[in-house]
Parts: sequence; structure tokens; C-alpha cells
Amino acid sequence: MSPLDLLVVAPLVFMVLSLLAGGWQRSLLALAIATMAALSVWLMTLDPGTAHVVGGWELPLGVLLRADGLAQMLVPAVTLTAGLTGLYALHQFAPESHASNAQTAAFWPLYYLMWSAANAAFLTTDLFNLYVTLEMASIAAVAMAAMGSVRAALRYLLIALLGSIFYLLGVALILSRYGTVDVTLLAGMAEADFATALALALMTGGLLVKAALFPLHGWLPPAHAAAPAPASALLSGLVVKIGFVITVRLWFEGLAAAATPAGLHVLGGIGALAILFGSLQAIRQESLKALVAYSTVAQIGYLFLAFPLIAGAGHAWAGLSFHAVAHMIAKAAMFLAAGLMLKAAAGPRIADLAGLARAMPLTVTAFGLAAVSLMGLPPSGGFSAKFLLVDAALRQGQAIHAAVMLIGGLLAAVYLFRPLAVAFSGSETPAVPAKAPSMVAAPLALALAALLLGFAGGPLAELATGGAPATVAQEPPPSLENTVKTASEDAQ
Amino acid sequence: MEALATGHLFALTGAVLVGLGLFGFITLRHALRQLLAVNVSGAGVFLMLGGLGRGAATTDPFPQALVITGIVVAVALTAFGAALTLRQAEEDHAAKEDDERGGKT
Amino acid sequence: MTAFLPLALLTLPLVAALISFAMPEARAVWRDASNILFALVKLALVGFLLLQAQGGVDFEWRYEFLPGHDFVLRVDAIALLFVTLSTFLWLIATIYAIAYFERGPNLARFFGFFNLCVLSATGVAISGTAITFFLFYELLTLATWPLVVHKGDEKSLTAGRVYLTYTLAGSAAFLAGILWLKALVGPLEFAAPPDLSPVPTLTLILIFVLLIGGLGVKAALLPFHGWLPQAMAAPAPVSALLHAVAVVKAGAYGILRVVHDIYGAGTVADLGLGLPLAFLASATILYGSLRAVMQNDIKKRLAYSTVSQVSYIVLGASLAGPIAAVGALVHLVHQGIMKITLFMCAGALANRLHIKAVTELDGAGRLMPVTMASFTIGALGMIGVPPVAGFISKWYLGSGGLEAGDAWVIAVLAGSSLLNSAYFLPLLYRAWLLPPQGDHAPVAELTGGWNRMLVLPAAVTALASLGAGLFASFPFSPLEWVSLIVDAGYLR
Repeated sequence: MSPLDLLVVAPLVFMVLSLLAGGWQRSLLALAIATMAALSVWLMTLDPGTAHVVGGWELPLGVLLRADGLAQMLVPAVTLTAGLTGLYALHQFAPESHASNAQTAAFWPLYYLMWSAANAAFLTTDLFNLYVTLEMASIAAVAMAAMGSVRAALRYLLIALLGSIFYLLGVALILSRYGTVDVTLLAGMAEADFATALALALMTGGLLVKAALFPLHGWLPPAHAAAPAPASALLSGLVVKIGFVITVRLWFEGLAAAATPAGLHVLGGIGALAILFGSLQAIRQESLKALVAYSTVAQIGYLFLAFPLIAGAGHAWAGLSFHAVAHMIAKAAMFLAAGLMLKAAAGPRIADLAGLARAMPLTVTAFGLAAVSLMGLPPSGGFSAKFLLVDAALRQGQAIHAAVMLIGGLLAAVYLFRPLAVAFSGSETPAVPAKAPSMVAAPLALALAALLLGFAGGPLAELATGGAPATVAQEPPPSLENTVKTASEDAQ
Repeated sequence: MEALATGHLFALTGAVLVGLGLFGFITLRHALRQLLAVNVSGAGVFLMLGGLGRGAATTDPFPQALVITGIVVAVALTAFGAALTLRQAEEDHAAKEDDERGGKT
Repeated sequence: MTAFLPLALLTLPLVAALISFAMPEARAVWRDASNILFALVKLALVGFLLLQAQGGVDFEWRYEFLPGHDFVLRVDAIALLFVTLSTFLWLIATIYAIAYFERGPNLARFFGFFNLCVLSATGVAISGTAITFFLFYELLTLATWPLVVHKGDEKSLTAGRVYLTYTLAGSAAFLAGILWLKALVGPLEFAAPPDLSPVPTLTLILIFVLLIGGLGVKAALLPFHGWLPQAMAAPAPVSALLHAVAVVKAGAYGILRVVHDIYGAGTVADLGLGLPLAFLASATILYGSLRAVMQNDIKKRLAYSTVSQVSYIVLGASLAGPIAAVGALVHLVHQGIMKITLFMCAGALANRLHIKAVTELDGAGRLMPVTMASFTIGALGMIGVPPVAGFISKWYLGSGGLEAGDAWVIAVLAGSSLLNSAYFLPLLYRAWLLPPQGDHAPVAELTGGWNRMLVLPAAVTALASLGAGLFASFPFSPLEWVSLIVDAGYLR
């Protein structure tokens, strides 16, 4: 057994146990968090590139699990996000509260299923196995969304299914062309012919639906806004990243040969549009959760805007990994905090939040800190990400990309400071029912983690670039003379 | 030569099915019909995948294994979608009844 | 060991902030005590550093916070000038704020963010690179926003929104500027200015505009001054701190750094940028003074006066030549001491006599003689009457103008002084020579703990501004310290 297997299998075991656990849900969660935390630490200590074939079936038939830098960052982030969200959910879906029995019974298996799907998606390099994890994640995500609105969930399911068809079509093409669907093998074989390009386009189209990249984001805001807070946190934090990570694996590793600069720039352009569109929509929202959901649409844009920057000078790859992690953690924190704030407020609208900064300072602090990271202001993981990306864009002379990212940060400030300002307003302190400590602590801990990410930039960037695909620009260790020299060359 | 033609036949039929399913998905409004349309497309993709394994003499089991897995996943999701559609219908029905009752009083 | 001293300068206010946030309202006395204690400890530390720096010892702490980007804290003579000012005024403003609010609501939050402001201002001062500077510059925005909206009424919220719009847009421009320049010439260390020769002139000018535009927002340079008068909605201690030390000074200090330590005064002059900047600063000086004359609200009048006075620093920075540089640096300190005096007096008048408008000021000198005496010293200093500190600044600025061959500077200074008299002397006339309106009893300024804590801080800073003028040639006076900096060749 390797930690790579266990990271996928253990949540599935917990899923089965949670069906049987009854009143022991709390102990099961504690066990799950401890197990997954230990496995995550183990994963981080592995050498980048460590791989393992499941069940001893060798490639090209077997399924490869691999710990590269991206996975070594994302899987521990999933552990943190899912674990703390679980602590929060423990009170919302408490086994002892008989009010929502059907939901309680359904939530926990879905929760572990999603955890397993996310880990599998970040660790696997087998395109068909990735299809299965996509569908696992879809089932869990749609079912969780259905807890809020069946209509939104149904819409989500149908569009996700359509995305899967496109993805699978691409996989079929790849299989017929190369006889394998393993990304690591494809990396050495892929050629820039029509079939490969078509397959890449089909798969990317399907994945962009799942990643909710503008203009394929339509399903996201209703589904994420309607779901219960912990479900929203997982949907926005984990699920959209799955589609994104698979896209990255295709474009920069498996089918990098067919990934033309033009294609990368198209994706980057769409990402830029997503940032602007999502931000403007978020500014227009009156409901708090819809605002946070549209913010996800905007933040996904950054992930794709980075695509054309990966191969050039700078540290865009690290910035990209940072952004995925920081957004995951900060967005989960924000949804959880928003959930608590809305429980205390008179209604779902932003205007109903007046005075909450006094009534629930810790929760508003969590919201504020998460907002700082999402806006990309220092010190936070979101800042480090945006900083590296803007730096890379300017070093490559992509002034427009840099400008879009900076403007996106300003727009984020416009929509995120609005609920904060309302929370600070008024002179009365609304009476707020007391909340369980772990429910308050979970979003705060997540938000602090997003903040602290900003202080661990150096080591984490090193982790992210470990085992990065060959297409990523590998720079010599930066030293003063070196940078000055390249810079003066640039200028000429 | 003949085997090649059958391979093409599988792929072409699959492509037609995918196209039909897509057309249905776009033109149909009802969730259940859209679900069926996606399934038609899915069947098309599986047909293409399955057709790949057909060699002149031997049959490659790898694509077949993928198809089987894919069908299992597709069935599960279709069942889930059908259940959701049912829930949606029930909710709509209940909302309609509520409206009617509200209209009478 | 001593390498960590710069870090200690930041840790002290951070710990004070955390204590303030965590301390329950019932233990407000402990919060006050710890705030004052930490300020005193920091003052002692600064004293030690001053002695060291006089001997030419610089302290530096360096850490690679992101690949290729160093986080550098550097305590040198010029940084110490600003640090000493902010630390001294922190202590004063803390004592004043405690008395101003007595036991009002939301004070844990207030003092927490107040300390974070001090942390950011200190960080701005001791930043060793442009990027480190940016980190603290942005943190300053974040830390001051809750203070601006502290009252939570409609006016404060509007002020907060305007403040954020201006400052965040400004820092985005600044960030774009420094990353662009860094991409061209490598790290922007203040202690080791980059070689700009390979960069095309037009690019250099564009970057300069971005940098000065970004910094000019906080320095309230025309046309980016709009946020400052609005921010007067904040409580008086905030106005005092914002205007004297934190925000506007960070902007002005940044402009000094850009002109002297990144571009170098010579390059700025060669690019033909010094004169336009000097014109802009002069326009701001005259415009701010003109607007101040028109205000009836005392705090608004002081705010426009700040707009005008801070541009003296910019003017000094933009005129090539050591004498003007001395004027700029010394005004950084003098304006801080004098302006904080004025704001603390205005706050005390509003707090005890409910005097907010100029027309209500009649006879205030008889009701609160100590406060009005302090106010008078501050106002005379602003006008430039010897021997108050303001005279020294104006003297050096004027001589600097002559030295640089820009005799028109004298006209600007004279015009401004005339306008200063026009908006300050009527206040003094009303307060001292007209009989009081209404039937307010004289305030017992020196009896009772709260009154004393409210009145004496302003008296101390008033005496300090008198002392800085009278004993300008003594060791450790602002002027002597600045001359030491200039003699040591810090400003090239």
C-alpha cells in the first residue's frame, strides 16, 4: 500500500462506514480527519514525481497514481478544506437533530464520496479513470446541490453529463490514436496532428463545463447559492478545481504537443473575460450567497488566464498552483462564514447583514480575511498567487493580462467590501443565537490558513514546481546578477 | 478490409448517435427528454469506444473494459437524474396545488 | 540577534493589536495599559536604534517570501526618521484615543486596527525594497478602512467606500509600476538603486507616472485628493493618526523613495519629470489652501490644509538638490507633529464643547485655554511663523528652490503662507478675542484623568513642534537628523 492508494480508498471506506455509523458520525469524522491529515503529510514528504501503479497492473493497462507538485499542494488543501467543512457540517447535519433526517443520512456518504473523488482526480494520470472520478464528483455535487434546490441541481446534472460526453469522446479519440490513455505515456507520444487537437478541444470543452469557466458557468451560481453552506463550500472549493486540474494535465503534460500558443491564448482570453464578467455579475447581486457564487466564476478566470503565461519567464506555474489552493481554502471559509451570517441575519440579502460585525465579530473576521485573500491583497495566499501571475505577465510583456488581473482585484474589492461595510454599519447589535464553537472556528481557521499561505510562499512555490511538467518554464535559482542580466536582455 | 469497414461502421454510427443526442439536448426542453438525449449521445460514444477494440483476428479487451465501466457509470447517473426529475415533478405538482388552493380561498 | 531588531519593530504593534482584539470589553483597563506599555517599549527600542544608527549601523532582515522576490526590512537613518515620528505619535495618539472614547462601544476592534495601522506605517518606513513597501502600503489601506467606517453611519460608510476606491486603485497602479520596472531592471532595493540605463525613456516616464500616480493617491496629490476630506467622517484620533503619520505620510514617503532611491533625483531631472511633479505639488499646495479657506467645518478645513501641507514634501522631493531634500524630509516630521496637534485639539473641542464649525469657535480660548494654546502653536507653525517648526521646513524648501534655480517656489510658498494665515488666523481670532456663545462653563482641563489625557497629548506635541523649531540645531532634532542623512549621501 502506498499513501497514494490510501488517499483515494480511505474516504471510500469512510463513505461506507458513514452509512452504518448512525449516531457515531462525530467519531467517524474525527477518525477520517486524523487519517487523511496523516496521509497528506506523508504525501507531502514524498519525492515529487513518486508514482505507483494500482493493483500491480502495469501501464498502459493499469491506473497510475502520481504525486507531483500540484497534487502535493492540492490534496493537503483538500484535507484542510474538507476536514474543517466537515466540522462545521457536524452541527448542521448532526445525527442527533431529527429535523432533517433525510438530509443527514444523505450528507455524510456524499461528503466522503466527494473527498475521494477530489483526491483521485488530483492524483490520477489515467484519462479514463479521471472520467470516473469526474462522474463520482458530479454525483456527490449534484446531490448536495439538490439539498438546496432540486431545479438547480437537475440543471447542473444535465449540463455536467453533457460535459462528460464531450470529455469521453475525446478520450475515445485518444485511445484510438495512441492506444493508451495515460497522461505520462501520452506526454512522450502525442503529436500535433488533427485527431489529437480535436480530442484536446473536445475534452477541454467538456472540462470547462465542469470547471464553470465563462461562458459555460450558467449552472454554477444557482446551484452553489442554493445549497446548504457546507455543501456550497465543497462545491466551490473542491469540485470546480477537478475540471481545472485535468485541463492542466492535458494542456501541459499529456497533450502538450497539440497545445498551440494560439489555443493557450484563447483559453487565457476566455479566462480574462470570466474575471470581468463574473466580477460585474457579483457586483450586481443582492443576495450574499449569489455574490459569493459569482465570485467563484470570476476567480476561476484567473486559473485559465494563467495558461498562456506558464511556458514563459516568471513563476506562473507556482502562481497557478497557489491560486487553486488559496481559492479553495478562502472560498470555503467565505461560504461557511456567509452561512453563519445568514443564519443570524433577517434575510438572505446583503442589506440584512447590518450590525453583524458587532454581534458575531469572529465570523465577520473570517469573512473579511477570506475576502482579503480573494481580492488578492497582502498578506494572503491569494496575493502571492496574483502577484506571481502579474509578475510573470509583465515579464513576458503581456500588459493586458496583468491589467485584467489588477482590475479584477479592484472589482473583487468592490463586491466583497459591500457586505463587510453593511456588517460594520448601524449602531444596534442584533441578537444572535449562540453557535457551537467548532462552527465558528471552522471558517476562521480556514480564513487564517488562507492568510498564512501568504507567509509560506517560498517553500510552497518550491513544492508546487517539484515534478512540474517539462513544458513549464524552469528557471535557474534567481540571483541578483542573473535577473539583472536577463532583464537587460529583455529590454534590448 | 471487411473488418476495417465494420470498424468504420461502428464509428460512423456512433458519431450519428452523438449528433442526434446533442441535437435532442439542445432542442428539447423537458429534463427527462434531455436526460434521454444525453444517454443517446453516451451510447454513441460507447459504440465508438467499443468499435476500436475490434481487430481483424483478435479483439482488444481494453476498450471493452472501458465501455463496460462507462456504461455502469452512465446507468448510475441516469437513474440519479431520473430520481431528481421525479423529485422536481413532485415539487412542481405540490406548488401548483398550493397555488390552486390559494386561489380558491 | 540584532538582525531581528527590525522584526521586533513590527512585532510589538502586532502583539498589541492581538491583545486589543482579544481583550473583552470588561478588561478595557488592561487593554489601555498594554497599549501604552507596548508603545513605550517600542519607543525605547527606537531610541536604542537611533543611537546605533547615529554611529552608522544599519539593521537588515531579509527573507525570500516568493521565488525571486525578497522581503527586506532595513532600518537606516532615513527609515528611523519616519519610525521615530510614528512611534512617538503612536504613544501620544493612543493616550489621546483612550481618553477620547472613554468607554465607548466597539473599542476592542478600534484599538486592534489602530495598532495594525501603526504596524503598517512602521513597515512602510523600514521597507528595504519597493515590493516590501507595497506589502505594507496595502496593509495600511486594509487596516485603516475599519477605522474610517468605525462609526457605522451612512457618512462613514460612504467615506469608507470612497477611501477604498481611491487607495486600492492607487496601489494597483503602484504594483503594476514596480513589477513592470522590476521585470526590466531587477530587484528594486532602496539601498542599491537599480541601473535604469537600458530602459527606454518613454517606458521610464510611463512607469514613473504609474508609481507617482499610485502613491499620489495616499499623499492626496491633485487630482487624487478627493478621499481625504471625506475621510473626516472618522473619529478624531483616526483623523489625527491618518493625517499626521499613517496614510498621507506613507504616500509622501513613497514618493521620496521613488524619486531618490529608485530613480535618483538626477535621472528624474534628466527625464524632465522633476519640474512637472514640482508644478503638480505646487498646484496641490495652492488648491488645498484655497479650499481650506472656504470650509466652515473645522476638521474639513484641517483636512484641506493637510492636502496642501503634504505636497510641501512632494515639492521638496521633486526639486533636485540637497537643501530641498532636507526641507522635504524635515517637513515630513514637522508637519506630522503640528498636524496631529491640530487634530487632537479639534477633537477635544468637539468632544467637550461640541464645537465643530469655525463659526462656533467664539471664546473657546476662555473655555479650554490649554487646548486652544496648543492649537495656536500648531496653527502658527503651519503658517510658518518662527520659531515654530514649520518655519524651518519652509525656509529649507525656499532655499532649496533657489538653489535649484526655481525661484518661483518662493512665490508658491509665500502664497501658501498667506492662504494659511487666511484660514488659521480667523480661528485664533474667534477663539481668543470674541466672547463665548451660549453658556458653556469653562472646562476643567487639568483635573480629572480623562480630561488630562485628552488635553495633555496635544500640549506635548505642541511643545514638541515648538522645540523642533527652537532647538533645530541640537543633536537628534529633526533638522540635525535630516542633515546627517543628507550629509551621509543617502539622497543622491
